[in-house]
Amino acid sequence: MSEMTINLKIWRQKSIDDQGGFQTYQLSEVSEHMSFLEMLDVLNEKLIKEDIDPVEFDYDCREGICGSCNMVVNGSAHGPKRLTAVCQLHMRTYNDGDTIVIEPPRAAAFPVIRDLVVDRSALDRIIEVGGYVSVKTGAAPEANLIPVEQEVSNTAFDYATCIGCGACVAACPNSSAALFTGAKVAHLNSLPQGYPERKRRTIAMVDQMAKEGFGDCSNHGECEAVCPVGISISSIAEMRKSYLKAVL
Amino acid sequence: MKLDSKVPSGPLEEKWNRHLKDIKLVSPNNKRKHKVIVVGTGLAGASAAASLSELGYNVQTFCIQDSARRAHSISAQGGINAAKNYQNDGDSVWRLFYDTIKGGDYRSREANVYRLAENSNNIIDQAVAQGVPFGREYGGLLDNRSFGGAQVSRTFYSRGQTGQQLLLGAYQAMMKEVHNGKIESFTRHEMLDLVVVDGKARGIITRDLVNGTINKWEADAVVLCTGGYGNVFYLSTNAKNSNVTAAWRCHRRGAAFANPCFVQIHPTCIPVSGDYQSKLTLMSESLRNDGRVWVPRSKDDSRHPNEIPEEDRFYYLEEKYPSFGNLVPRDVASRNAKLVTDDGLGVGDSGLAVYLDFRDAIKRDGEDAIRAKYGNLFDMYQNITDENPYKQPMRIFPAVHYTMGGLWVDYNLMSNIPGLFVAGEANFSDHGANRLGASALMQGLSDGYFIIPYTIGDYIAGEDLKVVGTGHEAFSEAADKSQKQLDKLLAVKGDKTVIEFHRELGKIMWDKVGISRSKEGLESAIKEIRALREEFWQNVRVPGEANYYNKYLEFAARVADYFELAELMALDALDRDESCGCHLRDEFQTEEGEALRNDEKYSFVSAWEFLGVNGKLETKLHKEDLNFEFVELKQRSYK
Repeated sequence: MSEMTINLKIWRQKSIDDQGGFQTYQLSEVSEHMSFLEMLDVLNEKLIKEDIDPVEFDYDCREGICGSCNMVVNGSAHGPKRLTAVCQLHMRTYNDGDTIVIEPPRAAAFPVIRDLVVDRSALDRIIEVGGYVSVKTGAAPEANLIPVEQEVSNTAFDYATCIGCGACVAACPNSSAALFTGAKVAHLNSLPQGYPERKRRTIAMVDQMAKEGFGDCSNHGECEAVCPVGISISSIAEMRKSYLKAVL
Repeated sequence: MKLDSKVPSGPLEEKWNRHLKDIKLVSPNNKRKHKVIVVGTGLAGASAAASLSELGYNVQTFCIQDSARRAHSISAQGGINAAKNYQNDGDSVWRLFYDTIKGGDYRSREANVYRLAENSNNIIDQAVAQGVPFGREYGGLLDNRSFGGAQVSRTFYSRGQTGQQLLLGAYQAMMKEVHNGKIESFTRHEMLDLVVVDGKARGIITRDLVNGTINKWEADAVVLCTGGYGNVFYLSTNAKNSNVTAAWRCHRRGAAFANPCFVQIHPTCIPVSGDYQSKLTLMSESLRNDGRVWVPRSKDDSRHPNEIPEEDRFYYLEEKYPSFGNLVPRDVASRNAKLVTDDGLGVGDSGLAVYLDFRDAIKRDGEDAIRAKYGNLFDMYQNITDENPYKQPMRIFPAVHYTMGGLWVDYNLMSNIPGLFVAGEANFSDHGANRLGASALMQGLSDGYFIIPYTIGDYIAGEDLKVVGTGHEAFSEAADKSQKQLDKLLAVKGDKTVIEFHRELGKIMWDKVGISRSKEGLESAIKEIRALREEFWQNVRVPGEANYYNKYLEFAARVADYFELAELMALDALDRDESCGCHLRDEFQTEEGEALRNDEKYSFVSAWEFLGVNGKLETKLHKEDLNFEFVELKQRSYK
């Protein structure tokens, strides 16, 4: 098992009122089998022993599904590996002596709480205005009453798989949440269950996105490139199409 | 303490419907005068919150994550059971009930389990109506797969992300109600105490995890949906922030803790790779549909697995359990993995792993078919281990996954503290001594969508719940206590980090309160836990301040609770002089090494009352007898 020394340059910011800045740390005995977040755990254990405040970062499942982690590593949301959330990134990706720069996902709509932890509640508010099917508990018909073409169902799943991490926002030069919003719009609008509310849903969610301070999409495609679960930019086209149909 | 299960009388098939007819209702005009607090927004919490709000109650939800959508239910991979019988393979509500109660090794309540099976079909209907994209057949109808402990195909799935899709459905239903102004959702808030006034649950104390503010919240009822306590083992498949604190603080306020020693160890997880390991990753049980579990027949077989010929492979599950084979229940699969590795047949660097091999399935169905079924799981495996499971067998090993024990509840899912309801993994109700695969999602949603909304009305209609006000001394006392504990943790300024303590505690638990337990081991575990707990309070080092975002302070308070829970788990395991389901006491096994129950003496739910901690945990055992009217208790056999 080979061990490495890694140089870290990490954004430190105590609270939203603090200006923040980069701090550098050196970490030795990094195993190639460690996950990226385990490497940060080891750093934090060291910092705590040295009486330095540990680096705060969001994480929970460490399986790439909860969407909590979302740091920007060497300029790329979730780091260098395609289709991989940063919690699923392993240190074997790096070499001895590498320098790694770690920042929070930056966007006007994502205020920094501390260090790498940001407030992403704006994404919840986009869902809140229409990212659902308005069916009350108990009011559902028998599940097999409405067959859904397998292909349609699979496509809906491909959009529904979004983990809401916000990497798309961090990567976008406009800080747009179009991929996130488009994924939910495309998921629900494509299914017969979501069809009746498609117009209201699309307009409300697109409008909310703007209200929250996210920019608009100008087809850079950075969002798709960093998305850890491979949400296709076609979701944005679906959202545009639905929006036009809804307002015309 | 009086434990009344309140199971309605009458035939099993009619109990729930009769109960629904009998329970009191709150009129729509009055519902809006009542407030319900829901803590935790996983499947149980989000579905309960949405359903209560739709009925007209004012609901406040609290979760520790930055969004309600990130609760740990999101990680559930394989599926959700329902008795739809879409496969025409003879499934029925009765069969799902029977498999579940048998799978739990006859340590759960018949009436609860039957109701769970009854509700299962409604859950699928509800989820589909919400737009949950379940796997479908070419004809457009819903598809099923098989899971352990059942001989029918009744598991509905969304690729390997069923929990995610069901949770998003429930979360979206909840957000709809936030939009309607009936739910107020608080994220990054951790419940630190339950407020009990005149013997009733009347509110909670929370800490705002962003700025450390301690807040008081009043309600007419509190629904706890805060998940399980598997992280007491440090390494588990649970998310890193999953914890027992909310449930344990309720226990400290008088709620009985039931069957704490019933912990499910999942057989198919990725093995530990080093000391820095922070969690274990599950590989869905669905893989056992196509993967074959084996180890080399001889101890010192150092050949690459692909070089080991058929005759030198020990397919131990298929050989021992010909009728269920690789699809035996989780406890049986985990125990057998331990047996073969104890015998020195384990594989990999540590020797603590067995193979899960897809070679034959790939030969039979082709790599594409296997990829279509399990692609994301195979990718996850390869990403973590750097090995390609299409080309060589996976290495797997059991890991702590789910806790069947939890706060004691009656048939209405109410704890022994009136007004405190407990749903999902946080309660003990439905899985007995072992949970079958694809049953956790079913239970969380059954509790949240289809039980709590009715039973809470019955409670509220029957009580005179006057406003007490958060100025009441019970609120101030609880808030002060919460703040003082955090200040105390910060003031220790010792030498050992929270993680170091937690890891040590986890090792004691895994070695002595894990897959198999013995009287001797449990007694020594109790001593070690007590000593380490003392050391924790003398020597823990918690960084930072209380009034900033401070994850290690959160951890410290949770680990403090684990130290008390750990002792209770060991005491419970020691008290239960039998083996049942996942609880295997070395002293109580059949000649073939299967769990040997003692129905005469241990056919009860152990419900522990908290009396204090003073060097040792002071606790009192109460028993709720389990009466089996409808099923015959048998030695479980999967042979």
